[in-house]
Amino acid sequence: MTRLGSPLARAVILGVPALWLALFVLLPFLVLGRISLSESAVARPPYRPHLPSSLDPAAWADALARLSLDRYRTLAEDPLYRDAALSSLGLAALATALVLPLGYGIALAMARAPERWRPALVAIVILPFWTGFLVRVYAWIAILKQDGWLNQALLALGIVERPLAVLNTDAAVLIGLVYAYLPFAILPIYATLERQDPTLVEAAADLGASPTRRFWTVTLPLSWPGIAAGGLLCFIPMVGEYVIPDLLGGADTLMLGRTLWIEFSSNRDWPLAAAVALVLLALLVVPIVLLREIEARRLEAGR
Amino acid sequence: MRRLSAVNLAVLGFGLLFLYGPILLVVLFSFNASRLVTVWAGFSTRWYEALLANAPLGAALLTSLKVALGSAALATVLGTLAALALVRLRRFRGRRLFTGLLYIPLVLPEVVTGLSLLLLFVGLGIERGAWTVTLAHATLTLSVVTLVVQARLLGLDRSAEEAAADLGASPLQALRTVTLPLLAPAIGAGFLLAFTLSLDDLVVASFTSGPGATTLPMLVFGQVRRGVTPEINAISSLVILTVGLVLLASVLARRRR
Repeated sequence: MTRLGSPLARAVILGVPALWLALFVLLPFLVLGRISLSESAVARPPYRPHLPSSLDPAAWADALARLSLDRYRTLAEDPLYRDAALSSLGLAALATALVLPLGYGIALAMARAPERWRPALVAIVILPFWTGFLVRVYAWIAILKQDGWLNQALLALGIVERPLAVLNTDAAVLIGLVYAYLPFAILPIYATLERQDPTLVEAAADLGASPTRRFWTVTLPLSWPGIAAGGLLCFIPMVGEYVIPDLLGGADTLMLGRTLWIEFSSNRDWPLAAAVALVLLALLVVPIVLLREIEARRLEAGR
Repeated sequence: MRRLSAVNLAVLGFGLLFLYGPILLVVLFSFNASRLVTVWAGFSTRWYEALLANAPLGAALLTSLKVALGSAALATVLGTLAALALVRLRRFRGRRLFTGLLYIPLVLPEVVTGLSLLLLFVGLGIERGAWTVTLAHATLTLSVVTLVVQARLLGLDRSAEEAAADLGASPLQALRTVTLPLLAPAIGAGFLLAFTLSLDDLVVASFTSGPGATTLPMLVFGQVRRGVTPEINAISSLVILTVGLVLLASVLARRRR
């Protein structure tokens, strides 16, 4: 094993990115925690820090004794925030439940396609994911609005007599979530299906299993890691989604990401926004750890 | 024994239609002559001509490009270093923490990343502007570069490096003259991916930007909230075209071995 020689080289290769991550990932979380315990104030910036910035133990003891958990109490007691949290989790769970079967169907067809088509199919699925998130959400406004393309088509075909009011409802948010995150579901599922040993399905066929039975007893159980990874990759960002509920949802569609944004920008209550961010983080810790475990195991199995 | 059944084909067709239909409609209607966004009234390029005269749009585009270039350059250096550390140093103290911090901005909801970075900048007393967005985007995208470069490093044949070492090259020389050129396609692809991610980001940019530094997605978002207009269709189509071309370049960069 060649080693990267001098301690200086090691220090640069590991030290520089480590320092960056400490400064721009780790430290911001600590600041987030500190500010969630501050009081909001009419000032610039709009809060008064509660925890001291020095390491003086006396100042810390004093601050901790007068610690204010008011932000968190507000979050726990005000039904507005409880509803926002529940509706974030609910909408994200529902959208994940919708996106997985659809993603699975597409991934299965991709994995069964002739080998020379597959790289192109993967590229075709990834492309929209990179093509302007905002553009893709925006397209659905034009499709779903009162005089939008969906209603024009339905009216022209005589399926409905009056235009459907879909835009600015939870249904529109669900459509947007499924649409925006579909590639996240397809790719990990495709990766496990593509690596599956085809002789297993053949063996099941030789033993007389029907195609349906082969799918339920061999293909599907073997693809659980991909399904789990895809589901979590969709669910985690969906819970904190801001753009989709803001553009497609109604005034009463409250999700945590949107609540955070409103507290931050309209109400200028930064401590409360920070507390919402930490609650969001707490709700997502288990899914994130789970995802890391699955990904680590998938990487090892792939070698 | 893998065959595409009719059901498979139907699902695939529906999936691709679902993925591409909305995008194609936006592009199609960007050439619509009517001011009514959703009713077709003949072909016209007037909305594209109107964009040329739109000064705030040009400024926002310039800001976006500056931020994307700067942050992608930073992310490429940092991400490549991180990939080298993960693959070549193998076991080191704090490796779990290192990888955890590396990937957390990738999975975390953007509002959390954006707010925490904003509070950091405010706490450190840093004036916000295009430059803070650049730092934030570099943090957001460096793990993408790491993923791409790491994959290439793991698949790399070590014999060339060993030959260099046998011929008396120091590890650093071998890295510079052998390993980095071999990694160049992956590093290039990583740069382009970081670039597109930065161009596309709305949420983190909105939090970490300051007065006077409006990026293209921020401008478009502000307009979209007020309603759908043909101009936005035209901007969107140009965004799609640009991203498509950059992605094509990144695929080609990775192909070239």
